[in-house]
Amino acid sequence: MNPTTAVTATSRVQTLDWSAALKDAGLAGLVALLLTLPLVGLRTIEVQSRLTVEPHLAEVALTALLVFLGRLGLTLAAAGLARPVLAAATLALAAGWVLPFPTEALRVLMVIGALVVALRALWALHRRHDRLSQQERDRRMDHLGARFQDATRLIGPAAVMLAVALPFLPFADRATLDLGILLLTYIMLGWGLNIVVGLAGLLDLGYVAFYAVGAYSYALLAQTFGFSFWLCLPLAGLLASFAGVMLGFPVLRLRGDYFAIVTLGFGEIVRIILLNWANFTGGPNGIAGIPRPSFFGIADFTAAPEPGRLAFHQLFGLQYTPLHRIIFLYYLILALALLVNLFTLRIRRLPLGRAWEALREDDIACTALGINRTTIKLAAFAIAAMFGGIAGSFFATRQGFISPESFSFIESAIILAIVVLGGMGSQIGVVIATLLVIGLPEVFRDLAQYRMLTFGAGMVLIMLWRPRGLLAHREPTLLLHPRQSAFRRQAEAGGRP
Amino acid sequence: MDRAAGDPMLTMTGVHTFYGAIEALKGIDLTVATGEIVTLIGANGAGKSTLLMTLCGAPQARYGRIVFEGEDITRLPTCQIVRRGIAQSPEGRRIFPRMTVLENLQLGAITAPASYAEELERVFLLFPRLKERSAQRGGTLSGGEQQMLAIGRALMSRPRLLLLDEPSLGLAPLVIRQIFQVIRDINRDHGMTVFMVEQNAHRALRLAHRAYVMVNGLITLTGTGAGLLANPEVRAAYLEGGH
Repeated sequence: MNPTTAVTATSRVQTLDWSAALKDAGLAGLVALLLTLPLVGLRTIEVQSRLTVEPHLAEVALTALLVFLGRLGLTLAAAGLARPVLAAATLALAAGWVLPFPTEALRVLMVIGALVVALRALWALHRRHDRLSQQERDRRMDHLGARFQDATRLIGPAAVMLAVALPFLPFADRATLDLGILLLTYIMLGWGLNIVVGLAGLLDLGYVAFYAVGAYSYALLAQTFGFSFWLCLPLAGLLASFAGVMLGFPVLRLRGDYFAIVTLGFGEIVRIILLNWANFTGGPNGIAGIPRPSFFGIADFTAAPEPGRLAFHQLFGLQYTPLHRIIFLYYLILALALLVNLFTLRIRRLPLGRAWEALREDDIACTALGINRTTIKLAAFAIAAMFGGIAGSFFATRQGFISPESFSFIESAIILAIVVLGGMGSQIGVVIATLLVIGLPEVFRDLAQYRMLTFGAGMVLIMLWRPRGLLAHREPTLLLHPRQSAFRRQAEAGGRP
Repeated sequence: MDRAAGDPMLTMTGVHTFYGAIEALKGIDLTVATGEIVTLIGANGAGKSTLLMTLCGAPQARYGRIVFEGEDITRLPTCQIVRRGIAQSPEGRRIFPRMTVLENLQLGAITAPASYAEELERVFLLFPRLKERSAQRGGTLSGGEQQMLAIGRALMSRPRLLLLDEPSLGLAPLVIRQIFQVIRDINRDHGMTVFMVEQNAHRALRLAHRAYVMVNGLITLTGTGAGLLANPEVRAAYLEGGH
């Protein structure tokens, strides 16, 4: 990366190039200075109802100094001075807690920065003896991925069993189940988007549009015509897939970036229509009082059912508790999500799924083989949109209230992040990425304003270490000798570069 | 060498193809008869690949007619042309890198799934190397193996006409000889009609029954492979210096 590390890879301390290291760190400090000067250094404040600019130059200088030291520490740690750097970083870490700082943000910067440098130094100490090239490391991770994929044959069913048993485990309270429902909703959306992005390789930045269409379909159908949830679920899926085809047609001829931009626009168009068509969608006020689902139309989840209706607890002779409805919703989304998963696992082995993967790999070769790109692209859109729509109507019935705010671009981005972080096309990767992307911020709510900071740092780290996603290893769908495990195949294929 | 030409399988008459305002093909007349190996040679940018792509309907010819086995295919979409029995090994091979060899071959049979097992056996007989590597990802194959895979994949759809776009591109001489031997075998033993675009004029002309020479979007010369090989004009332009 920089000359110092390259040189010291062969011989250490003796050849440490101090001037290069200082220059490098100075450059980092300068960048920090330039960035923080307008953002932090100058603040507008109101003094006697007049706006004035207040300089915060001390903070800027401190930030630049900290960045300089941090960068220098990183370089030195990599260049063989790991021990002294570790000591200094630990000292700085301790100092960060006690020293008085003008702002808390600076303290966080110092503590986290020192922590990173210390970790880097520890890492350098640990692996002095085996310096791996990027390629070797990638191969090693692929190896690990293949091994993990083998394990998923056990992990998958075990995770499903755990998910099924969750409501009856002793720690399963209302909050746990709500978190479970949230996670499963995103897992379902991730699996749905995975069809378009992971399998067919079409970068869809507006997936939330279908989620919105599904949610509003259910809400409006239920409120206007009094349709039941079980009737609306397939209808919402149908309407969403119709929206998918509507988006699909204009973008058929587009590729890559242009395609992504149009889908992004489509997502926004849907949201803006929902926002502005007030007498149909309720505009920014949204739709409230969306009916809750019944127990397959047989019984309702209420303490006191309307005359002529049966309540769930009466049907099974149980004590009434509001938790019944939550558990039911939990199982409902679990079943829906598993349905999407089952569909994807099956379709990968069918001609349509194969054609999608071929489209992702090389769309020109795809045409040369006689695959009709138009139909398979539309099919990918329609099917993924259908699952998005079904997830949307689940969302509507669970929340009881929807508004355009729930369907902003950030939702699309989060779902896409789940798919990309998990490793495009990997089903189990989506689950793990959802746990990280949705689960961690929920668990770390106590971190308050630093929650999103740690979240962002986590994303950056994953992309640094696993640029193709956590589980990028692709499992072949057919083999000459089907009994062979992915791990062994990897080992055999690994003989060749 | 010079086999009696069978019925014309493919005819192009007065074909013009445009990229926007640029005329890439300026009136091509060309025939391929059943059972022949026909090659098209020419310099870089002469329009060889464009001609092959036009056959497949991407881009479509603006004027002229392309007839395959008595049917006008000029205005058919690519996927329909492939389904009529024309398979293509595209320029630069374009195998699916993250899929295994077997999956690549299976995708070749996507338009003819019924004969998959039978064709797979045939391809593995032609290219035993592909069978050894069947579980390996396409991207990890060597260049020669990738070319074998591209040809094998094209054969999986059970075509009657095989189009090859520069099968020798970027390969070592020894590997090129292997590939060309296989093309000869496919033609002789299976009666496959082959239309091949090549830069490697020397080898292509030795293999082909008939050949066309293309310059600037026009066919300038035509004759038997051996005849063109002896032609002083062709020798000067495409053969000497290089080989």
